[in-house]
Amino acid sequence: MTNKLRQIQTLVKKEIVSEWRQKYAFSGLLLYVIATVYICYLSFKQVIDPATWNALLWIILLFAAVNAVAKGFLQESRGLQLYQYVLLDPLVVIVSRIIYHAGLLFVLAVIAFLFYALFIGNLVQDLPMYLTGMILGVTGLSSLLTLISAIASRAGGNAAMVSILGFPVLIPLLITVIKFTKNAVDGIDWSVNLQYLFVLFALNIIMVILACLLFPYLWRE
Amino acid sequence: MKNWLKFLGVLLVLYSIAGGLLLQVPRLPILHETIRNLYFHVTMWFAMMAVFIASMYGSIRFLGSSDMKHDILAVESARVGMIFGILGLLTGMVWANYTWGAPWVNDAKLNGAAGTMLVYAAYFLLRNSVDDEQKKARISAVYNIFALVMMFVFIMVLPRMVDSLHPGNGGNPGFGTYDLDKVMRLVFYPAVVGWIIIAGWIINIRIRMQKVKELVFG
Repeated sequence: MTNKLRQIQTLVKKEIVSEWRQKYAFSGLLLYVIATVYICYLSFKQVIDPATWNALLWIILLFAAVNAVAKGFLQESRGLQLYQYVLLDPLVVIVSRIIYHAGLLFVLAVIAFLFYALFIGNLVQDLPMYLTGMILGVTGLSSLLTLISAIASRAGGNAAMVSILGFPVLIPLLITVIKFTKNAVDGIDWSVNLQYLFVLFALNIIMVILACLLFPYLWRE
Repeated sequence: MKNWLKFLGVLLVLYSIAGGLLLQVPRLPILHETIRNLYFHVTMWFAMMAVFIASMYGSIRFLGSSDMKHDILAVESARVGMIFGILGLLTGMVWANYTWGAPWVNDAKLNGAAGTMLVYAAYFLLRNSVDDEQKKARISAVYNIFALVMMFVFIMVLPRMVDSLHPGNGGNPGFGTYDLDKVMRLVFYPAVVGWIIIAGWIINIRIRMQKVKELVFG
Protein backbone atom coordinates (compact mmCIF):
# COMPACT_ATOMS: atom_id res chain seq x y z
CA MET A 1 0.00 0.00 0.00
CA THR A 2 2.75 2.45 1.01
CA ASN A 3 4.62 1.32 -2.06
CA LYS A 4 1.69 2.39 -4.22
CA LEU A 5 1.41 5.70 -2.36
CA ARG A 6 5.07 6.33 -2.93
CA GLN A 7 4.67 5.50 -6.61
CA ILE A 8 1.80 7.97 -6.86
CA GLN A 9 3.87 10.61 -5.10
CA THR A 10 6.78 10.05 -7.45
CA LEU A 11 4.58 10.18 -10.52
CA VAL A 12 2.90 13.42 -9.47
CA LYS A 13 6.28 14.94 -8.69
CA LYS A 14 7.59 13.79 -12.07
CA GLU A 15 4.66 15.42 -13.88
CA ILE A 16 5.12 18.69 -11.98
CA VAL A 17 8.87 18.75 -12.57
CA SER A 18 8.64 17.91 -16.25
CA GLU A 19 5.97 20.56 -16.67
CA TRP A 20 7.98 23.15 -14.77
CA ARG A 21 11.04 22.54 -16.92
CA GLN A 22 9.41 23.48 -20.18
CA LYS A 23 6.18 25.14 -19.12
CA TYR A 24 4.75 24.74 -22.62
CA ALA A 25 1.38 23.45 -21.56
CA PHE A 26 1.09 25.58 -18.46
CA SER A 27 2.00 28.84 -20.16
CA GLY A 28 -0.35 28.03 -23.01
CA LEU A 29 -3.20 27.48 -20.59
CA LEU A 30 -2.33 30.60 -18.64
CA LEU A 31 -2.41 32.64 -21.82
CA TYR A 32 -5.72 31.03 -22.78
CA VAL A 33 -7.30 31.89 -19.44
CA ILE A 34 -6.00 35.46 -19.30
CA ALA A 35 -6.98 36.12 -22.91
CA THR A 36 -10.49 34.80 -22.29
CA VAL A 37 -10.90 36.90 -19.17
CA TYR A 38 -9.66 39.96 -21.04
CA ILE A 39 -12.05 39.39 -23.94
CA CYS A 40 -14.91 39.06 -21.46
CA TYR A 41 -13.79 42.27 -19.83
CA LEU A 42 -13.74 44.08 -23.16
CA SER A 43 -17.21 42.78 -24.00
CA PHE A 44 -18.90 43.27 -20.63
CA LYS A 45 -16.74 45.95 -19.03
CA GLN A 46 -18.32 45.19 -15.69
CA VAL A 47 -20.68 42.49 -14.54
CA ILE A 48 -22.91 43.50 -11.67
CA ASP A 49 -25.42 40.64 -11.57
CA PRO A 50 -23.97 37.90 -9.29
CA ALA A 51 -25.50 35.02 -11.24
CA THR A 52 -23.98 36.20 -14.52
CA TRP A 53 -20.64 36.95 -12.88
CA ASN A 54 -20.40 33.50 -11.39
CA ALA A 55 -21.63 31.60 -14.44
CA LEU A 56 -19.20 33.45 -16.71
CA LEU A 57 -16.24 32.59 -14.49
CA TRP A 58 -17.18 28.93 -14.38
CA ILE A 59 -17.64 28.77 -18.15
CA ILE A 60 -14.12 30.16 -18.56
CA LEU A 61 -12.83 27.61 -16.05
CA LEU A 62 -14.70 24.80 -17.82
CA PHE A 63 -13.11 25.48 -21.18
CA ALA A 64 -9.69 25.94 -19.63
CA ALA A 65 -10.11 22.62 -17.80
CA VAL A 66 -11.12 20.75 -20.96
CA ASN A 67 -8.10 22.17 -22.78
CA ALA A 68 -5.73 21.43 -19.90
CA VAL A 69 -6.68 17.81 -19.39
CA ALA A 70 -7.20 16.90 -23.04
CA LYS A 71 -3.78 18.21 -23.96
CA GLY A 72 -2.16 16.13 -21.25
CA PHE A 73 -3.35 12.75 -22.43
CA LEU A 74 -3.48 13.22 -26.14
CA GLN A 75 0.08 14.41 -26.49
CA GLU A 76 1.69 11.39 -24.94
CA SER A 77 3.90 9.44 -27.30
CA ARG A 78 3.33 5.74 -27.91
CA GLY A 79 6.73 4.89 -26.51
CA LEU A 80 6.04 6.58 -23.21
CA GLN A 81 2.66 4.89 -22.98
CA LEU A 82 4.18 1.46 -23.50
CA TYR A 83 6.88 2.17 -20.93
CA GLN A 84 4.32 3.19 -18.35
CA TYR A 85 2.13 0.18 -19.19
CA VAL A 86 4.94 -2.24 -18.54
CA LEU A 87 6.12 -0.54 -15.40
CA LEU A 88 3.11 0.70 -13.50
CA ASP A 89 -0.16 -0.36 -11.98
CA PRO A 90 -3.05 1.41 -13.77
CA LEU A 91 -4.51 2.54 -10.45
CA VAL A 92 -1.30 4.42 -9.71
CA VAL A 93 -1.39 6.05 -13.14
CA ILE A 94 -4.96 7.26 -12.91
CA VAL A 95 -4.71 8.53 -9.33
CA SER A 96 -1.51 10.43 -10.04
CA ARG A 97 -3.06 11.92 -13.18
CA ILE A 98 -6.18 13.01 -11.29
CA ILE A 99 -4.11 14.58 -8.49
CA TYR A 100 -1.84 16.36 -10.94
CA HIS A 101 -4.73 17.68 -13.03
CA ALA A 102 -6.63 18.79 -9.95
CA GLY A 103 -3.61 20.72 -8.73
CA LEU A 104 -3.02 22.25 -12.16
CA LEU A 105 -6.66 23.25 -12.52
CA PHE A 106 -6.72 24.74 -9.04
CA VAL A 107 -3.69 26.92 -9.79
CA LEU A 108 -5.30 27.95 -13.06
CA ALA A 109 -8.59 28.65 -11.31
CA VAL A 110 -6.99 30.87 -8.68
CA ILE A 111 -5.06 32.83 -11.30
CA ALA A 112 -8.19 33.12 -13.44
CA PHE A 113 -10.14 34.31 -10.40
CA LEU A 114 -7.51 36.94 -9.59
CA PHE A 115 -7.51 38.33 -13.13
CA TYR A 116 -11.30 38.11 -13.27
CA ALA A 117 -11.61 40.06 -10.02
CA LEU A 118 -9.08 42.59 -11.29
CA PHE A 119 -10.83 43.33 -14.57
CA ILE A 120 -14.47 42.52 -14.10
CA GLY A 121 -14.79 43.12 -10.39
CA ASN A 122 -15.03 40.96 -7.32
CA LEU A 123 -18.55 40.24 -6.13
CA VAL A 124 -17.75 37.40 -3.74
CA GLN A 125 -18.97 37.96 -0.20
CA ASP A 126 -17.92 34.68 1.37
CA LEU A 127 -14.44 33.91 0.07
CA PRO A 128 -13.64 30.73 2.09
CA MET A 129 -16.89 29.17 0.90
CA TYR A 130 -16.11 30.20 -2.65
CA LEU A 131 -12.66 28.64 -2.46
CA THR A 132 -14.16 25.44 -1.03
CA GLY A 133 -16.54 25.28 -3.94
CA MET A 134 -13.69 25.90 -6.31
CA ILE A 135 -11.56 23.11 -4.85
CA LEU A 136 -14.42 20.60 -4.99
CA GLY A 137 -15.47 21.66 -8.45
CA VAL A 138 -11.97 21.50 -9.79
CA THR A 139 -11.35 18.03 -8.32
CA GLY A 140 -14.56 16.76 -9.88
CA LEU A 141 -13.70 18.32 -13.23
CA SER A 142 -10.26 16.80 -13.04
CA SER A 143 -11.38 13.23 -12.32
CA LEU A 144 -14.18 13.32 -14.89
CA LEU A 145 -12.06 14.88 -17.61
CA THR A 146 -9.12 12.57 -16.93
CA LEU A 147 -11.31 9.52 -17.46
CA ILE A 148 -12.99 11.04 -20.51
CA SER A 149 -9.68 11.96 -22.12
CA ALA A 150 -8.40 8.46 -21.39
CA ILE A 151 -11.45 7.12 -23.27
CA ALA A 152 -10.95 9.65 -26.06
CA SER A 153 -7.25 8.90 -26.43
CA ARG A 154 -8.05 5.20 -26.87
CA ALA A 155 -10.79 6.04 -29.37
CA GLY A 156 -8.61 7.82 -31.89
CA GLY A 157 -7.05 10.68 -30.00
CA ASN A 158 -9.41 13.30 -31.33
CA ALA A 159 -9.53 16.42 -29.17
CA ALA A 160 -13.13 17.07 -30.19
CA MET A 161 -14.09 13.70 -28.74
CA VAL A 162 -13.21 14.96 -25.25
CA SER A 163 -15.69 17.80 -25.63
CA ILE A 164 -18.39 15.58 -27.15
CA LEU A 165 -18.11 12.92 -24.48
CA GLY A 166 -17.38 15.31 -21.68
CA PHE A 167 -19.92 18.10 -21.86
CA PRO A 168 -23.12 16.13 -21.23
CA VAL A 169 -21.47 14.26 -18.38
CA LEU A 170 -20.11 17.43 -16.81
CA ILE A 171 -23.51 19.13 -16.61
CA PRO A 172 -24.58 17.82 -13.15
CA LEU A 173 -21.24 18.71 -11.60
CA LEU A 174 -21.26 22.16 -13.15
CA ILE A 175 -24.81 22.93 -12.12
CA THR A 176 -24.09 21.95 -8.52
CA VAL A 177 -20.84 23.88 -8.38
CA ILE A 178 -22.39 26.98 -9.91
CA LYS A 179 -25.27 26.87 -7.44
CA PHE A 180 -22.91 26.38 -4.50
CA THR A 181 -20.55 29.17 -5.53
CA LYS A 182 -23.44 31.49 -6.38
CA ASN A 183 -24.56 31.13 -2.77
CA ALA A 184 -21.01 31.98 -1.74
CA VAL A 185 -21.12 35.09 -3.90
CA ASP A 186 -24.38 36.09 -2.22
CA GLY A 187 -22.85 35.50 1.20
CA ILE A 188 -25.46 32.96 2.23
CA ASP A 189 -24.93 30.99 5.43
CA TRP A 190 -23.19 27.58 5.38
CA SER A 191 -26.22 25.78 6.79
CA VAL A 192 -28.30 26.68 3.76
CA ASN A 193 -25.59 25.61 1.39
CA LEU A 194 -24.90 22.25 3.02
CA GLN A 195 -27.11 20.23 0.67
CA TYR A 196 -25.05 21.37 -2.33
CA LEU A 197 -21.88 20.64 -0.41
CA PHE A 198 -23.03 17.06 0.21
CA VAL A 199 -23.92 16.60 -3.43
CA LEU A 200 -20.53 17.98 -4.48
CA PHE A 201 -18.72 15.64 -2.13
CA ALA A 202 -20.81 12.69 -3.26
CA LEU A 203 -20.29 13.50 -6.95
CA ASN A 204 -16.56 13.83 -6.43
CA ILE A 205 -16.33 10.51 -4.61
CA ILE A 206 -18.46 8.74 -7.24
CA MET A 207 -16.34 10.12 -10.05
CA VAL A 208 -13.00 9.26 -8.51
CA ILE A 209 -14.19 5.73 -7.68
CA LEU A 210 -15.61 5.23 -11.18
CA ALA A 211 -12.41 6.51 -12.75
CA CYS A 212 -10.29 4.17 -10.63
CA LEU A 213 -12.56 1.20 -11.38
CA LEU A 214 -12.82 1.75 -15.10
CA PHE A 215 -9.35 2.97 -16.05
CA PRO A 216 -7.65 -0.47 -15.83
CA TYR A 217 -9.93 -1.73 -18.61
CA LEU A 218 -8.82 1.12 -20.83
CA TRP A 219 -5.20 0.63 -19.93
CA ARG A 220 -4.98 -2.84 -21.49
CA GLU A 221 -4.04 -2.14 -25.04
CA MET B 1 -38.08 -15.32 -26.06
CA LYS B 2 -40.87 -17.45 -24.73
CA ASN B 3 -44.19 -17.02 -26.51
CA TRP B 4 -46.22 -16.78 -23.35
CA LEU B 5 -44.08 -13.86 -22.25
CA LYS B 6 -44.76 -12.02 -25.49
CA PHE B 7 -48.48 -12.62 -25.14
CA LEU B 8 -48.34 -11.42 -21.54
CA GLY B 9 -46.54 -8.24 -22.56
CA VAL B 10 -49.03 -7.41 -25.31
CA LEU B 11 -51.93 -8.25 -23.03
CA LEU B 12 -50.66 -6.02 -20.21
CA VAL B 13 -50.06 -3.08 -22.54
CA LEU B 14 -53.49 -3.42 -24.15
CA TYR B 15 -55.01 -3.67 -20.69
CA SER B 16 -53.20 -0.54 -19.60
CA ILE B 17 -54.39 1.37 -22.66
CA ALA B 18 -57.99 0.25 -22.19
CA GLY B 19 -57.97 0.64 -18.42
CA GLY B 20 -56.04 3.85 -18.62
CA LEU B 21 -58.57 5.51 -20.84
CA LEU B 22 -61.74 3.99 -19.43
CA LEU B 23 -61.32 3.48 -15.70
CA GLN B 24 -61.88 6.32 -13.28
CA VAL B 25 -59.06 8.50 -12.02
CA PRO B 26 -58.84 10.92 -9.06
CA ARG B 27 -59.57 14.51 -9.87
CA LEU B 28 -56.58 16.71 -9.11
CA PRO B 29 -56.10 20.44 -9.64
CA ILE B 30 -54.44 21.40 -12.92
CA LEU B 31 -54.20 17.78 -14.03
CA HIS B 32 -57.88 16.75 -14.28
CA GLU B 33 -58.14 13.93 -16.83
CA THR B 34 -54.57 14.32 -18.13
CA ILE B 35 -53.33 12.28 -15.16
CA ARG B 36 -54.11 9.34 -17.44
CA ASN B 37 -50.87 10.18 -19.23
CA LEU B 38 -49.16 8.67 -16.18
CA TYR B 39 -49.78 5.25 -17.70
CA PHE B 40 -47.93 6.21 -20.87
CA HIS B 41 -45.35 8.83 -19.92
CA VAL B 42 -44.01 7.43 -16.66
CA THR B 43 -44.05 3.85 -17.96
CA MET B 44 -41.77 4.97 -20.80
CA TRP B 45 -39.22 6.22 -18.29
CA PHE B 46 -39.43 3.09 -16.15
CA ALA B 47 -38.91 0.96 -19.25
CA MET B 48 -35.99 3.16 -20.30
CA MET B 49 -34.30 2.80 -16.94
CA ALA B 50 -34.78 -0.97 -16.93
CA VAL B 51 -33.34 -1.19 -20.44
CA PHE B 52 -30.33 1.01 -19.63
CA ILE B 53 -29.62 -1.11 -16.55
CA ALA B 54 -29.68 -4.16 -18.85
CA SER B 55 -27.26 -2.31 -21.10
CA MET B 56 -24.89 -1.68 -18.22
CA TYR B 57 -25.18 -5.32 -17.22
CA GLY B 58 -24.07 -6.24 -20.74
CA SER B 59 -21.17 -3.82 -20.50
CA ILE B 60 -20.00 -5.13 -17.15
CA ARG B 61 -20.22 -8.74 -18.37
CA PHE B 62 -18.27 -7.80 -21.48
CA LEU B 63 -15.46 -6.23 -19.48
CA GLY B 64 -15.18 -9.46 -17.55
CA SER B 65 -15.50 -11.93 -20.39
CA SER B 66 -14.60 -10.10 -23.65
CA ASP B 67 -17.37 -12.10 -25.31
CA MET B 68 -18.99 -10.11 -28.12
CA LYS B 69 -22.50 -11.30 -27.29
CA HIS B 70 -22.46 -9.15 -24.15
CA ASP B 71 -21.44 -6.16 -26.22
CA ILE B 72 -24.34 -6.79 -28.60
CA LEU B 73 -26.69 -6.82 -25.61
CA ALA B 74 -25.20 -3.58 -24.35
CA VAL B 75 -25.52 -1.68 -27.62
CA GLU B 76 -28.96 -2.95 -28.60
CA SER B 77 -30.32 -2.21 -25.12
CA ALA B 78 -28.86 1.28 -25.36
CA ARG B 79 -30.58 1.76 -28.75
CA VAL B 80 -33.97 0.67 -27.43
CA GLY B 81 -33.39 2.75 -24.32
CA MET B 82 -32.83 5.85 -26.45
CA ILE B 83 -36.09 5.18 -28.30
CA PHE B 84 -38.02 4.85 -25.05
CA GLY B 85 -36.36 7.95 -23.70
CA ILE B 86 -37.36 9.94 -26.78
CA LEU B 87 -40.89 8.60 -26.47
CA GLY B 88 -40.87 9.59 -22.82
CA LEU B 89 -39.81 13.09 -23.76
CA LEU B 90 -42.49 13.32 -26.46
CA THR B 91 -45.28 12.08 -24.19
CA GLY B 92 -44.03 14.47 -21.53
CA MET B 93 -44.11 17.36 -23.98
CA VAL B 94 -47.71 16.60 -24.91
CA TRP B 95 -48.60 16.47 -21.23
CA ALA B 96 -46.69 19.66 -20.42
CA ASN B 97 -48.39 21.51 -23.23
CA TYR B 98 -51.77 21.05 -21.59
CA THR B 99 -50.83 21.31 -17.92
CA TRP B 100 -47.89 23.69 -17.79
CA GLY B 101 -48.73 25.75 -20.86
CA ALA B 102 -45.75 24.96 -23.06
CA PRO B 103 -44.16 21.78 -24.44
CA TRP B 104 -40.83 22.60 -22.81
CA VAL B 105 -40.28 24.52 -19.60
CA ASN B 106 -37.20 25.22 -17.54
CA ASP B 107 -37.56 22.30 -15.18
CA ALA B 108 -34.80 20.25 -13.58
CA LYS B 109 -36.20 16.85 -14.52
CA LEU B 110 -36.69 17.85 -18.15
CA ASN B 111 -33.15 19.15 -18.32
CA GLY B 112 -31.97 15.97 -16.63
CA ALA B 113 -33.83 13.82 -19.15
CA ALA B 114 -32.41 15.81 -22.06
CA GLY B 115 -28.97 15.48 -20.50
CA THR B 116 -29.39 11.70 -20.33
CA MET B 117 -30.29 11.60 -24.03
CA LEU B 118 -27.14 13.62 -24.80
CA VAL B 119 -24.98 11.28 -22.75
CA TYR B 120 -26.22 8.21 -24.59
CA ALA B 121 -26.01 9.95 -27.97
CA ALA B 122 -22.35 10.54 -27.15
CA TYR B 123 -22.10 6.80 -26.44
CA PHE B 124 -23.18 6.00 -30.00
CA LEU B 125 -20.84 8.64 -31.38
CA LEU B 126 -17.99 7.05 -29.45
CA ARG B 127 -18.81 3.64 -30.90
CA ASN B 128 -18.80 5.06 -34.41
CA SER B 129 -15.37 6.59 -34.01
CA VAL B 130 -13.55 3.31 -33.38
CA ASP B 131 -13.13 0.67 -36.07
CA ASP B 132 -11.69 -2.36 -34.32
CA GLU B 133 -14.52 -4.51 -32.88
CA GLN B 134 -12.95 -5.52 -29.58
CA LYS B 135 -11.58 -2.06 -28.90
CA LYS B 136 -14.91 -0.47 -29.77
CA ALA B 137 -16.71 -2.81 -27.40
CA ARG B 138 -14.28 -2.29 -24.55
CA ILE B 139 -14.14 1.51 -24.75
CA SER B 140 -17.89 1.87 -25.11
CA ALA B 141 -18.42 -0.56 -22.21
CA VAL B 142 -16.36 1.74 -19.98
CA TYR B 143 -18.32 4.78 -21.11
CA ASN B 144 -21.64 2.95 -20.74
CA ILE B 145 -21.05 2.25 -17.05
CA PHE B 146 -20.18 5.88 -16.62
CA ALA B 147 -23.28 6.95 -18.53
CA LEU B 148 -25.63 4.92 -16.37
CA VAL B 149 -24.33 6.42 -13.15
CA MET B 150 -24.70 9.85 -14.73
CA MET B 151 -28.25 8.98 -15.78
CA PHE B 152 -29.20 8.30 -12.18
CA VAL B 153 -27.60 11.56 -11.12
CA PHE B 154 -29.43 13.44 -13.87
CA ILE B 155 -32.88 11.97 -13.32
CA MET B 156 -32.98 11.21 -9.61
CA VAL B 157 -30.46 13.39 -7.78
CA LEU B 158 -30.53 16.74 -9.55
CA PRO B 159 -34.31 17.29 -9.67
CA ARG B 160 -34.61 16.64 -5.94
CA MET B 161 -32.10 19.37 -5.25
CA VAL B 162 -33.85 22.28 -6.87
CA ASP B 163 -37.32 23.71 -7.37
CA SER B 164 -39.23 21.67 -9.86
CA LEU B 165 -42.64 21.49 -11.46
CA HIS B 166 -42.58 17.70 -11.50
CA PRO B 167 -44.47 15.82 -8.82
CA GLY B 168 -42.10 14.20 -6.34
CA ASN B 169 -39.33 16.73 -6.79
CA GLY B 170 -38.56 20.21 -5.59
CA GLY B 171 -40.90 20.10 -2.66
CA ASN B 172 -43.94 18.81 -4.54
CA PRO B 173 -45.54 15.70 -3.10
CA GLY B 174 -44.88 12.67 -5.25
CA PHE B 175 -47.46 10.73 -7.15
CA GLY B 176 -46.92 7.82 -4.80
CA THR B 177 -47.96 9.49 -1.61
CA TYR B 178 -51.54 10.51 -2.04
CA ASP B 179 -52.51 10.72 -5.68
CA LEU B 180 -52.02 7.19 -6.81
CA ASP B 181 -55.19 5.57 -5.52
CA LYS B 182 -56.12 1.91 -5.78
CA VAL B 183 -57.55 2.08 -9.28
CA MET B 184 -54.51 3.86 -10.69
CA ARG B 185 -52.15 1.38 -9.11
CA LEU B 186 -54.16 -1.45 -10.69
CA VAL B 187 -53.44 -0.04 -14.13
CA PHE B 188 -50.02 1.49 -13.54
CA TYR B 189 -47.99 -1.44 -12.22
CA PRO B 190 -49.14 -3.90 -14.92
CA ALA B 191 -48.45 -1.19 -17.50
CA VAL B 192 -44.85 -0.86 -16.30
CA VAL B 193 -44.35 -4.62 -16.41
CA GLY B 194 -45.99 -4.82 -19.84
CA TRP B 195 -43.84 -2.11 -21.39
CA ILE B 196 -40.65 -3.61 -19.94
CA ILE B 197 -41.60 -6.94 -21.50
CA ILE B 198 -42.22 -5.23 -24.86
CA ALA B 199 -38.84 -3.49 -24.58
CA GLY B 200 -37.20 -6.82 -23.82
CA TRP B 201 -38.91 -8.34 -26.84
CA ILE B 202 -37.59 -5.61 -29.13
CA ILE B 203 -34.08 -6.04 -27.73
CA ASN B 204 -34.35 -9.81 -28.19
CA ILE B 205 -35.32 -9.42 -31.85
CA ARG B 206 -32.50 -6.96 -32.49
CA ILE B 207 -29.92 -9.22 -30.84
CA ARG B 208 -31.05 -12.11 -33.02
CA MET B 209 -30.85 -9.85 -36.08
CA GLN B 210 -27.27 -8.96 -35.20
CA LYS B 211 -26.37 -12.63 -34.76
CA VAL B 212 -27.85 -13.47 -38.16
CA LYS B 213 -25.99 -10.55 -39.72
CA GLU B 214 -22.79 -11.85 -38.24
CA LEU B 215 -23.43 -15.35 -39.62
CA VAL B 216 -24.31 -14.13 -43.10
CA PHE B 217 -21.74 -11.39 -43.55
CA GLY B 218 -19.02 -12.80 -41.33
